[in-house]
Amino acid sequence: MTAYILNRVLIGLATLLLASIVVFGVMEVLPGDPAQLMLGMSGSPEALANLRAQMGLDEPIVWRYLHWIGGLLTGDFGRSYTYSSPVADLIRERLAVSLPLALMSLLLSTFIALPVGIFAAARRGRLPDTLSMGTAQLGVAVPNFWFALLLIYAFAVWLKWLPAGGFPGWNGGIWNGIKSLILPSIALALPQAAILARVTRSALLDVLGEDYIRTARAKGLPRGRVLRRHALRNAMIPVLTILGLQFAFLLAGTIIIENVFYLPGLGRLIFQAITQRDLIVVEGVVMLLVASVIVVNIMVDLAYAVVDPRLREAA
Amino acid sequence: MTKWTSVLAATMLVLASGTCAFAARTDLVLGMVLEPPHLDPTAGAAAAIDEVVYTNVFEGLTKIGPTGEVLPGLAESWEISQDGKTYTFKLHTGVKFHDGTEFNADDVKFSLERAIAPDTVNAQKALFAKIDTIEVVDPATVKITLKQPQGGFLYNLGWGDAVIVGSESVATNKEKPVGTGPFRFQNWARGSSITLVKNPDYWGEPVSLDKAEFRIIPDAAAAIPALLSGDVQAFPSAPVAEALDQIKADARLKVVIGSTEGETILSMNNKKAPFDNKLVRQAISYALNREEINAGAINGLGTPIGSHFAPHNPAYVDLIGTYPHDLEKAKALLAEAGLANGFSATIKLPPPPYARQGGEVIAAELAQIGINLEIIPLEWAQWLEQVFTGKDFDLTVISHVEPNDIDIYSRPDYYIGYQNPAFNKVIQELDATADEAKRKDLYGQAQKILADDAPVGFLFQLPKVGVWDAKLEGLWENTPIPANDLTKVKWTE
Repeated sequence: MTAYILNRVLIGLATLLLASIVVFGVMEVLPGDPAQLMLGMSGSPEALANLRAQMGLDEPIVWRYLHWIGGLLTGDFGRSYTYSSPVADLIRERLAVSLPLALMSLLLSTFIALPVGIFAAARRGRLPDTLSMGTAQLGVAVPNFWFALLLIYAFAVWLKWLPAGGFPGWNGGIWNGIKSLILPSIALALPQAAILARVTRSALLDVLGEDYIRTARAKGLPRGRVLRRHALRNAMIPVLTILGLQFAFLLAGTIIIENVFYLPGLGRLIFQAITQRDLIVVEGVVMLLVASVIVVNIMVDLAYAVVDPRLREAA
Repeated sequence: MTKWTSVLAATMLVLASGTCAFAARTDLVLGMVLEPPHLDPTAGAAAAIDEVVYTNVFEGLTKIGPTGEVLPGLAESWEISQDGKTYTFKLHTGVKFHDGTEFNADDVKFSLERAIAPDTVNAQKALFAKIDTIEVVDPATVKITLKQPQGGFLYNLGWGDAVIVGSESVATNKEKPVGTGPFRFQNWARGSSITLVKNPDYWGEPVSLDKAEFRIIPDAAAAIPALLSGDVQAFPSAPVAEALDQIKADARLKVVIGSTEGETILSMNNKKAPFDNKLVRQAISYALNREEINAGAINGLGTPIGSHFAPHNPAYVDLIGTYPHDLEKAKALLAEAGLANGFSATIKLPPPPYARQGGEVIAAELAQIGINLEIIPLEWAQWLEQVFTGKDFDLTVISHVEPNDIDIYSRPDYYIGYQNPAFNKVIQELDATADEAKRKDLYGQAQKILADDAPVGFLFQLPKVGVWDAKLEGLWENTPIPANDLTKVKWTE
């Protein structure tokens, strides 16, 4: 087990290093000079040269890469060109929105998807199955920004129960913070829940067709017990895989929803940083995301071992 | 005794709640599309900086008013010497920066010297280029000597780039701006909002608002529900041109269409064939249907222009009729230029909808006289690099949003590549003239030369679509300079 974990961690570190080179290289070859962009159409050539020097853009690329990597190792993500504040602070501020949002949507989607998936599988081919899977199909197909707008018009403009967007910050009270994340997390969770429900259903059906399920039923175990003890546990592996992928997506792949609700999350930070050529911010956020994907994957691998004892022994 | 105290307390409570119920609101949430990169207007070109801090947090010696006029700011009065080279400013006294330090002539000298220093990062260095020396006469008097007379000097000092900063706070102004204005900075939740609060120690007329929050809403789809739900009570430049009917239907909201300093033009590369030929440029100008472009680009809200000048400016001359829409004339001019069969070129379009949509209309219009345009959409960074800096373009659509910027056509290495000695002479003269009537006449001459030369296709003045609560008053209708001046804003009930 230890060797298994160690192996995973080493692969993770190598991936991080490789990612750092790719990320840095890609941002370098992107056209567009960050200093020019900051000054826009009004900057004089002297102001431009001064700014470039101030931003350290006139130094050679290898030197800048080493400088950046060295900083990362000591926890220094550098300073944003546009915000001129430490990148680490920016990321921390954004995570205070994105992390709760991702967790809320993930919880919501799991709580919706698992019962629906199990319910549909247990009543395979009958009306409840058709209905719930039809709804899920709709959930996958409906664009989430459109769904988000519907939610806004219903709950903010019409009923006025919840804010139409924005994030007051956690200092303004936990409840106010959560209130502003409710609609976005629903908008994010539903399509995810739809996918997860379908995966749960099909994984469960696969397992339910296995011989040992028939054996369990044949020796007289009740249906519910077979479903919980024998089938569900084995069906969890693909479900966990999807959950892991969804968490990584929810952390930064939510630009559209963040825009619709004008939430200051990681997705918008990285989008804005790319359009403004705030290279150092893009690089920092991407590294963080790579790291979080790696960590989530390791955690999913560990969770496999928990639900499937065979994996534990093999390792 | 205790009884009396409690009765008194209860009475006061009732009174207090009574006044609360009748007093007008004193807080305001404003929407803005772009977040400022930082909050120091003397170290960045982004208009969003000025839209938050100009005259609210920071003040200059002079101030630009809602119609573009020059008003006194931190300087209560000034005298100009006979030769137009020496300006003596009398400063307000008893003015304090938000950090408690005193404002005096030394701060003026410090701020302006910082702006003209060789290593300055002031984005508008040209505003101060004529300054020779800045002299502190006494704590309330500053004497600025120019190298040559400059007609627009007082106007220039009213820009956000020329505000007065304190030497003690200048280093941290980007994150925590400290000025002399009626509002002080309270908090910036990056990516989300910037909050200003009333400065109780303000030297001038106190403001009505206690708190103003600028909320950053980049997406048009989000701006509309934010206004409709009342979360945001004012959106001075709202990205809602396409959804105006929906907003107008709501009686609580007021829609105010104003003008900006944004002359939207079809830029042509005057250094590159065939656009170096005046006949070709004239042909293109005749082929443009301004009404159609205005409708397609900005829902018809723009004001057509015939030269590079804002229609709300007192010195504006109406030259829209110089090149009326006339396809026959356009074709004849092309033939005269030896291009009877037309030609192919590219049009590079930056991201704003007015450019992308307007560019498509223009391409369709020019196709009618045989000019086939390949549309190339570009990101801002690429547009700045390729078109603006690299001058690698044939045509582009862009709004020039700097105030009073007709002089850009005289700049030697500007991306448009236009050169006309007669025009340059007018601009030089303008620069050296302080007399208002004479300046007006010179501005007129400059506009006429440009209109006739057709260095670019003049399209329309970019509108400012303001939406705010009908009970709110005092917001600017137009945008003579980038600003959201909140000093006169108040709730009427």
